[in-house]
Amino acid sequence: MVDAVRAYWLIAALWIRASMAYPVSFWTMTVGGVLITFLDFVSIWLMFSHLDSYGGFSLREIALLYGVTSIAFRVADMLVGSVEKIGQKVRSGDLDAMMTKPVPVLVQLCADRFELRRLGQIAQGVAVFAWAAPIVEWTPQRLLVLVVALVSGVVIYFCVFVTFSTVQFWTTDASEFANAFTYGGNTIMQYPMTIFPREVVRSLTYLLPLAFVNWYPCLFLLGRTDPYGAPDWFRFASPLAALALVGVTALVWRQGLRRYRSTGS
Amino acid sequence: MSGALHQFSLYAAIATRSFRRYSTYTAATLAGIFTNSVFGIILSFAYLALWEQNPSAGGYQADQAITFVWIGQALLMTIALWSGGATDDLAERIRNGDIAVDLYRPVSVLGWYLAADLGRGLYHFATRGVAPTIVGALLFGLVLPSAAGAVGFLVSVVLAVVVSFAVRFLFAASAFWLLDATGPRVLLSVLATFFSGLTLPLTLFPDGLRQVALALPFASYIQTPADIWLGRHAGPDLLAAIGLQVLWAVVLLGMCALVLRAATRKVVVQGG
Repeated sequence: MVDAVRAYWLIAALWIRASMAYPVSFWTMTVGGVLITFLDFVSIWLMFSHLDSYGGFSLREIALLYGVTSIAFRVADMLVGSVEKIGQKVRSGDLDAMMTKPVPVLVQLCADRFELRRLGQIAQGVAVFAWAAPIVEWTPQRLLVLVVALVSGVVIYFCVFVTFSTVQFWTTDASEFANAFTYGGNTIMQYPMTIFPREVVRSLTYLLPLAFVNWYPCLFLLGRTDPYGAPDWFRFASPLAALALVGVTALVWRQGLRRYRSTGS
Repeated sequence: MSGALHQFSLYAAIATRSFRRYSTYTAATLAGIFTNSVFGIILSFAYLALWEQNPSAGGYQADQAITFVWIGQALLMTIALWSGGATDDLAERIRNGDIAVDLYRPVSVLGWYLAADLGRGLYHFATRGVAPTIVGALLFGLVLPSAAGAVGFLVSVVLAVVVSFAVRFLFAASAFWLLDATGPRVLLSVLATFFSGLTLPLTLFPDGLRQVALALPFASYIQTPADIWLGRHAGPDLLAAIGLQVLWAVVLLGMCALVLRAATRKVVVQGG
């Protein structure tokens, strides 16, 4: 495990140095990334010029939901987002080369083309969160729940990235399929769950437990009860959801890797 | 006359091959349709909640707003909102120098790439445009256009592809001077996402910003075709809306031609 983390950072450092070779590109991409995610929040903000509350939530409460899911998602995206490129690596034969190296394939895939510029998008999530933070009456307990939720959130999104990218071992050019769950997951969690039908919220709790990234923990931070009547302990259950998902992901990944046959090119 | 006919069949051949090139990747298309549909569903619920609170926001009824969502999902690949069409090939060929080959072909470079992009657009419209729209209609029930609205919509979509192509061409051509067009490409994605109406209909923008946004070429991408579908532009207003798209198409293609001429001189001077 320690070896894997060390190998990850060695590869990542290599890509950071490479991206710094074109400073103008690096900075335009960083600023561009921040702007895209920033405008994403602006459109929610513009919606509020036509509303007082949205699904029973105020703008700042939604900003809290937005901030927590964004930070978790963007950190995961920076660390492991490259795993989306499995299909490309299979087609080009690069995956064969990766298999001959004394570093786990998953580590190599995730660290490949590590993009430091994604720090900008993480910063945007932090900024929105910071703006929302004053509405929470902070206690040590709430702070702890927040930290645990953020760490679990990163792990949950990590699993979503890996699980749905593994599909590409079967269909190499279907990389966009994963976007529905990764980017789509982050998008859906930016909204209060009250605007979705009960079935959607159930699915996001029991099938793909994204609601544990921000929805349940934020209900605790805001001192609200769940409008759908989920048990109170769900608010602290983010690590459990993350652990369960890690188990599933490990299984899927193993199956995928076993399924892999080189293209021979 | 036979010259014009020859030209036409040439561009038609380019467009057909471009269409076929994109149609090779069936799994990618299916995956894309799935993803567009998922985003369509998420946005539909988001809009339903908004219009429930404010039933006439932006001048739309709730069912019109939902229809707007699905038109946006249907068009975003057709117009290559986040790039990825023929103009990406252009940027790559400028970077690696293959553009020199394009420049000495006895065909207009602009015409070649436009034909290729229209072929691609038709493929994406027929697959990633039509399929998510059917999903949206089944799940949420969409507002259907009148006969005039439908014809106007199709014309407007073709113009949307041309306007978007010209804008992407200009940004890609910046590679002639910058060598790497990734920065401008990201900037363009930002502008196009926000000002096309994809994230929020432009009519919901606050006063001032709204008028500016509606006049920009990005409004031609999604806002204008959607409003025509929804019957918000009818009669003389319909002609005015399409007229603005034509105006942008002509102005922007003219700019592309000028940029290309300046760039050609530069390539010749540098020897490639």
